[in-house]
Amino acid sequence: MKVITANFVTCSVKECKTSPSAFPLHFHDAELEMQELDFQPEFIRNVLPRIDWEALRVTANELGFPSLPESKPEGEALDDEQTLKDLHRLLLETQVMEGRLICGNCSHEYVLKEGIANFLLPSHLV
Amino acid sequence: MLPTPDTSHVSFDTIYEPSEDSYLFLDTLSSPSESKWLIEKFQSANPMPLVVEAGTGSGVVLAFTAAQSQEIFGRRDILTLGTDVNRNACIATRQTVSTAIKEQQEAQENPADSKLHAVHASSITSDLCSALRPGSVDVLLFNPPYVPSEELPRLPSAEENDPVTAKAMSRSAKFENDSYFLSLTYAGGADGMETTNRLLNDIPGILSSRGVAYVLLCKQNRPDEVIGRVRNQGGWCAEIAGSSGKQAGWEKLVIVRIWREDRS
Repeated sequence: MKVITANFVTCSVKECKTSPSAFPLHFHDAELEMQELDFQPEFIRNVLPRIDWEALRVTANELGFPSLPESKPEGEALDDEQTLKDLHRLLLETQVMEGRLICGNCSHEYVLKEGIANFLLPSHLV
Repeated sequence: MLPTPDTSHVSFDTIYEPSEDSYLFLDTLSSPSESKWLIEKFQSANPMPLVVEAGTGSGVVLAFTAAQSQEIFGRRDILTLGTDVNRNACIATRQTVSTAIKEQQEAQENPADSKLHAVHASSITSDLCSALRPGSVDVLLFNPPYVPSEELPRLPSAEENDPVTAKAMSRSAKFENDSYFLSLTYAGGADGMETTNRLLNDIPGILSSRGVAYVLLCKQNRPDEVIGRVRNQGGWCAEIAGSSGKQAGWEKLVIVRIWREDRS
């Protein structure tokens, strides 16, 4: 599971959808793997507008990455190759292989195994 | 004809084997009329579209969409995500999509900075779109379990998808388990619509403001009624985007495009 995924998923429990604390889900015991991918600055520039930056900062921090800048790179900052390369590495090259994703609202834990996160709920929560 | 993604690595014990409906999806998305519609919507619009397939199975539809994004959306950057209630299908999809992207890139002779740059974010085990953030999906693809059946198979639990559980099974238990997972790929309950109806109800919440959904229906699903229902909820459009296999004057399978009315 590429790290960018964390920006698009939330808790499967219906009642959590409206709770701000259900997003992003929180990584625990994450095991990472780097998978090299061609660096294309244009891709990062085009994907950035749809990234929830606050959520990504939380995720990066939980995965042990250096702190991201407080605000999303815009304008001239998008010409800085190092900035884009760092984001490429975090969002697209970093794979979370094992670990848990925990909802900040209901505390339900979703398990990640071999890079596949399992968002199915136990029957009492469906 | 655009190449069909390779699924030779997929074991069809628990996963739906690409069939007429899957191929209708490929043909519809890449048809001149449909790609024209999609290119107008997504070619120059930033940010890049997030394409999600619910119930990917082998991943053949999502892989095709990713690999042919230039033909379908008029842009080479695209982000894909797949969901399925069967963990094996998620593993299969991950490989089908990455392989299709890689093969397309290798076949392209243009310089590296103008090659296809589709990225598969991940395949997740989930019920339809229930784990996705509201309003996040730009293109939603759904080839449902559409066959009418007496009962709708229940959803698997997280534990049933644990690889450890499957490894500990006896031969007969595995056979039963495989049949159960296969039934999830086709059995749609009453009118074959029980799962599709749940997805249709999710569409307004899950699609972005520019979002569009493609849903496959068979004749017994009564496509005309479905289209009427979508249109009647106000602010939504629905149209047949592709069809196949005429049977006694009726289309056997259709793909319906559902999108928000343009209020500008």
